[in-house]
Amino acid sequence: MTDVGRHPRIKLHTLSEVVDVKGYVGNFDVRILKKARYVDEKECTACGDCAEVCPVVRPDEFNLGLSSRKAIFSPFPQAVPSAYVVNINECLGHNPSVCAKCIDACDKGCINFHMSDQEIVESVGSIVVATGLEPYDPKELDEYGYTRFENVLTSLEFERLINAGGPTKGEVLRPTDRKRPRSIGFIQCVGSRSAKKGGNYCSNVCCMNTVKGTLMLKEHYPDIDIKVFYIDIRAFGKGFEELYTRSRRLGVHYLRGLPGTVEEDPDRSLRVAVENTATGKLEIHHLDMLVLALGIKPASSTQKLQEMLGLQLTPDGFFLEAHPKLQPVDAATRGVFYAGCAEGPKDIKESVTQASAAAARAIRLMHKGEITSEPITSQVITEHCKSCGKCAEVCPYNAITVDVKKKIPAEVNAAACAGCGTCAAECPFGAIIMNHFTDPQILNQVEALLEEEPKEKILAFACNWCSYAGADFAGVSRLQYPPNVRLIRTMCSGRVDEKFIWEGFEKGAPVILVSGCHIGDCHYIDANHWTEKRIKKIHKKMEKSGIRPERLQLEWISAAEGIRFARVMERMEALRQSVTEEEIAETIEILKNRKK
Amino acid sequence: MEAIVLKEKQEDVDVPRRIGVYVCHCGLNIAKTVDCPKVAETAAGLDDVVVSKDIGYACSEPGQQQIKDDILEHGLDRVVVASCSPRLHEPTFRQMIQSAGLNPYLFEMANLREQCSWVHMDTPDAATSKAIDLVKMAVSRVRLLQPLKEEILPLTKRTLVIGGGVAGIQTALDLADNGYDVVLVEKRPSVGGTMAQLDKTFPTMDCSI
Repeated sequence: MTDVGRHPRIKLHTLSEVVDVKGYVGNFDVRILKKARYVDEKECTACGDCAEVCPVVRPDEFNLGLSSRKAIFSPFPQAVPSAYVVNINECLGHNPSVCAKCIDACDKGCINFHMSDQEIVESVGSIVVATGLEPYDPKELDEYGYTRFENVLTSLEFERLINAGGPTKGEVLRPTDRKRPRSIGFIQCVGSRSAKKGGNYCSNVCCMNTVKGTLMLKEHYPDIDIKVFYIDIRAFGKGFEELYTRSRRLGVHYLRGLPGTVEEDPDRSLRVAVENTATGKLEIHHLDMLVLALGIKPASSTQKLQEMLGLQLTPDGFFLEAHPKLQPVDAATRGVFYAGCAEGPKDIKESVTQASAAAARAIRLMHKGEITSEPITSQVITEHCKSCGKCAEVCPYNAITVDVKKKIPAEVNAAACAGCGTCAAECPFGAIIMNHFTDPQILNQVEALLEEEPKEKILAFACNWCSYAGADFAGVSRLQYPPNVRLIRTMCSGRVDEKFIWEGFEKGAPVILVSGCHIGDCHYIDANHWTEKRIKKIHKKMEKSGIRPERLQLEWISAAEGIRFARVMERMEALRQSVTEEEIAETIEILKNRKK
Repeated sequence: MEAIVLKEKQEDVDVPRRIGVYVCHCGLNIAKTVDCPKVAETAAGLDDVVVSKDIGYACSEPGQQQIKDDILEHGLDRVVVASCSPRLHEPTFRQMIQSAGLNPYLFEMANLREQCSWVHMDTPDAATSKAIDLVKMAVSRVRLLQPLKEEILPLTKRTLVIGGGVAGIQTALDLADNGYDVVLVEKRPSVGGTMAQLDKTFPTMDCSI
């Protein structure tokens, strides 16, 4: 930890959050909001004189409220940077100074109430997301009595109690009477592996964390009675099974079955009712203290970052990697990598392994000092351009410049263009060519698929990042769906031009699906907003010309939604069956006349 | 100037192509459900298709070699591989045709594994018809594909690490020790994350800080 603070190549911003990211792989501009510490980070020696005189006493978050701290405090003894910090919302006031005792106490004059939040802009070539985890909040699982009984602790609270650096200096004491408990129970899978509450995934670390806790307890107090209530003990890592057998050998009682209820006895100890699934019998256990092995949830900042960087999430809410086996630390967005629990629950060893992998992947990207850009960008045919400005308006990257007043034709900055193709779809004059996804290329696919028996087929457009990936996920999961679906891949649903739809219907398509990333998840910032608008427009036109608008569907399907993809295809098939041959013929007639 | 180039491209469209189609069995992943020889046979009858074969594993070394040999022998100018998702192997095959002297963008995939054999297991005939359609679509598209050139852009040799827990710290140190500048952003007043709250950690049972 201290190495990070003193490494000449690492610039550390604490109390800081990323608020905006612009740019693309190789050249990101990052805006960071650095909150004021009110203590000079470099000058502070962490002597603690300020905290001694501070009159405000608050629960210490680091010890989960098991001890107290002042309004000016050091987060924990080994903190990096080793400087105090003022919680300004708790401070009695400094403007005008009503207290200011700390200012007088600090000989070095490090405390400065005039500090203000700063906005910092940094340029980087790659980004590693290592936002960690949030422990599961067991309040909703109240059959275990966490909110009702003081002697029910979370695994993190227990961790602070048994920690030599914790509030009790490693002495395990019952919160109610501050006596050493004679018996302790651990309940596993709190917030994990449950379809009802918490996550339905395994949190990976809680089994071994409990095993570790039992070993520490037995080391401190060999005669303590320990019971562990579990579904399975997952000791799958190197050296893990040994620790588990050691724990059993030391007399820790592992009992298969999760408790149904926990009640309190008059002496404040706990009465745990559990069905022992090994014997099939209902058992009542009396325990002095109970520890809930909390599961791991995604960090609260996950959603915000996901939107900012255009990343994807798994249904559990963790970041989704580009490929689960071959690119386990890459994001689908080029230049972004994952490390640690941001990507899924993992222990320290795995987090460190993944962190080194992420560093290596970032170096692999950066070491040449230059980057080859994908040539899948748009291009303006200057002579067709009427300088209307529509393309510049829809471009999510501001990559197109056009002077509407002076009638200077549009120009695309290829380096800034990410290749969504929305401009090409929106240009009313056909003046933009989207390389590798040109109109003729896509129209050829439409034609080929509707060449034979068009009435039997479902034409579906899918964006590369979400919906096409969702179809891949349906494949990997072996989900079966109607075999008459034919996908056409575009980079973004924003590329799906109105004329592709008309061409499809004119060639006899009974139904057409346009699918893309969910709103807010678009890989091209917000290009799919234009998809949505365009489809609404087409729906109106369909209605006006007497074509049933339902025959064109818009669906958002994410990369993780294989099941949803299969369901949508089933729905499309039902819809297709509702379209008669007469209806298709009529549509073809309408569209042909429209052209005349 | 640009416009002239584009115009030429459009005219170029009617020139006959020399397309090679390769239908991959992916072991039994595809071949168990989809009639690969039939798909290849049908593709052979499409306009501009000069070579059409079914092949055990297109992505394997011998598979790639066979395609490369064909490119040279038959003077192919465009290639379709009907195998798995382009999200998996498009880069592999682009590199392969590039090494045989073609522009990597004159390549298209039809996704027979994720979109046919794995999702229509109970209806092999329908899966095969779909495979034929997907190959047809790929051929119709590859015919119009144009060579594209990648651009070289400058890059900032610096990494932003968001989060100063054990993962963020390790990433930052590995990068910094390799000579890369790192910006490490942590929302709390100290780095350390959840790990700093733990005492002994498994499997070594030593201190976490």
